[in-house]
Amino acid sequence: MAQVKLRDIRKSYGPVEVIKGVDIDIDDGEFVVFVGPSGCGKSTLLRMIAGLEDISDGTLEIDGIRVNDIEPSKRGIAMVFQSYAIFPHMTVRENVAFGLTINKAGKAEKSEKVAEAARILQMEHLLDRRPSELSGGQRQRVAIGRAIVRDPKVFLFDEPLSNLDAALRMDMRMEIGKLHQDLGTSMIYVTHDQVEAMTLADKIVVLKDGKVMQAGAPMELYHAPENLFVAGFLGAPSMNFMDVTVGSVNETTVSVSNASLDQIDVPHKGRNFVAGQTATLGVRPQYLHPATDGQGRLHGKVMLSERLGSETVIDVALADGSKIIAALAEDSIQEPGTAANFDFNPAQAHIFPETR
Amino acid sequence: MAAITSDNHGLRLVTRYVVLTLIAIIFVFPLIFMVMSSFKPDLQLLRDTSGIRAFLPVGDISLNNYVAAFERAPVALFVFNSVLVTGVTVLLSLLLCSMAAFSFVFLQWRGRNVLLSIIIATLIVPFETIAIPLLLLVSKLPWIGFDGFTIGWLNSYRVQIIPWIADGLTIFLFVQFFKDLPRDLIEASRVEGASWWQIYTKVVMPLSGPVIATAAILKFLVMYNQYLWPLIVVQEETYRPVMVGLQYFFQLNTAWGEVMAYLTVITVPVLTFYLILQRAFIASIASTGVKG
Ligand SMILES: Nc1ncnc2c1ncn2[C@@H]1O[C@H](COP(=O)(O)OP(=O)(O)OP(=O)(O)O)[C@@H](O)[C@H]1O
Ligand SMILES: [Mg+2]
Repeated sequence: MAQVKLRDIRKSYGPVEVIKGVDIDIDDGEFVVFVGPSGCGKSTLLRMIAGLEDISDGTLEIDGIRVNDIEPSKRGIAMVFQSYAIFPHMTVRENVAFGLTINKAGKAEKSEKVAEAARILQMEHLLDRRPSELSGGQRQRVAIGRAIVRDPKVFLFDEPLSNLDAALRMDMRMEIGKLHQDLGTSMIYVTHDQVEAMTLADKIVVLKDGKVMQAGAPMELYHAPENLFVAGFLGAPSMNFMDVTVGSVNETTVSVSNASLDQIDVPHKGRNFVAGQTATLGVRPQYLHPATDGQGRLHGKVMLSERLGSETVIDVALADGSKIIAALAEDSIQEPGTAANFDFNPAQAHIFPETR
Repeated sequence: MAAITSDNHGLRLVTRYVVLTLIAIIFVFPLIFMVMSSFKPDLQLLRDTSGIRAFLPVGDISLNNYVAAFERAPVALFVFNSVLVTGVTVLLSLLLCSMAAFSFVFLQWRGRNVLLSIIIATLIVPFETIAIPLLLLVSKLPWIGFDGFTIGWLNSYRVQIIPWIADGLTIFLFVQFFKDLPRDLIEASRVEGASWWQIYTKVVMPLSGPVIATAAILKFLVMYNQYLWPLIVVQEETYRPVMVGLQYFFQLNTAWGEVMAYLTVITVPVLTFYLILQRAFIASIASTGVKG
């Protein structure tokens, strides 16, 4: 078990900087998920922690020791690759024991550890098979098994589930969550699937263009996003954004409005606004609820409605031509073309000074 | 529908087998001719060449040609020399060329791309152009052996082996194959604590069956067919390989029956080697065929 500390970590490929000064603290036993759009540098960051990429600048500490220049195998990490990276010419048993064999572990220790890993991952019956005789999920188990026998201080996962189909992905997600509970080891997990991030993480780190946009507990990021990017990235369907004009700035709130939106006071949470500027208002689709005729704060026109039984998802066109989505938690009949009025609690809305 | 597709399939299969059989016949007939002729006296052999009898064991059949061939030349010695030189060269070549390729592909060092380009460029240099400079070189090289310090490598096994160990083609074949190996496998091994040597022996080489078989066959053929080089560097019979040994049978008048007998004998190691490797080749494809 270990803490991992990243301080102003940078990575350049030639003149191109892809990681631009990242600070992250990972506590003992914490499950940290890196999320972000494709190409934002998640894998690069993970591979730098693993020691598979040089660190151009900054300090990486594991357990209080600077490991920038220490070999991957000496950092006390184990890594599970997206492609599983299991050796096709070895049996499952040999694959799982690979690290032990390499390090000349004793026979007894080897079989004990392999048995233990096989038990945890429920793959005792697979030990003598070859990788070509395994399904995707089973291969993934082998890769995780190989990580477990190393007894690492930190587990690293790079999109371990992205090659699996949806049902299997959910099973394996739960298993990885359970593995974390059982082992209590620090884990760093890269994904671009926000469901994986929300369900597994103790702490989510949202990355964009090689920079940390926000780090914190999943619900903290969900309910109190610090910027437009994080607000739009987490949650499904994603948050509605509207361009609004700031009327006045008060002590804790700003009042904003636009052609479709009556004036409301939204908490500004310390962000700076000036009267008259254009800002972006964010409201999650789930927080919109229908208001009776002529009432409500938000007025638009129904474009399309999808009835899912327990839920109704409505596409609404606003006066400025933009589109928002409302997700109602009930079955509701909304005729396309009719006027739609919605209400929401301004305290659940977010206001950002930047525009999209 | 099903009937049509299966008919089509059957037809295609038949066509394929007919074509393959034709090709096989074209390749195999010279061999049959060689083996059959080796049992016939010269006169009959030459008379038979005009017809189908050339491929049939008919007429005066005996092992006389073999007896005569073994009397005329130390056939067993020549075969031994060739097998030794070829075997040692193939093994060393596979080992050293694969290690060179490993370093080109997986290790980071300055100038490796330039050096690789130079090595690949050597592929277009014909051996004939470097034969004489190489001869001058090996004739002056020192050696420490059982009989102490000597100068000059002429008349030895090493002069037939060492210059042929490293070659651009073999390195190139390994480089291409290594480049296609999944990078993750190498990185996973590094995370697990494998040294580069362990990655080479435990991961990369076990997965390289197909390229090892290919490189071995190509190298074997080159080495077993060596003629020009041993002709100029080996004057003593003791170290003479099979192809140079063929000269013994083209004296005043060529003894065709003995030539055929000699050729039949020296073909045996080639076929043996090929059959062994062919099995390894197929087996290795079967065991590495894992997709993600
Ligand atoms: N070897 C390399 N040379 C140059 N640029 C690279 C190299 N590896 C990665 N990059 C660049 O670094 C950036 C981050 O890549 P990275 O693989 O970390 O993205 P990612 O967040 O993992 O994306 P994905 O979700 O698609 O896996 C990308 O813009 C990529 O083009
Ligand atoms: Mg990635």
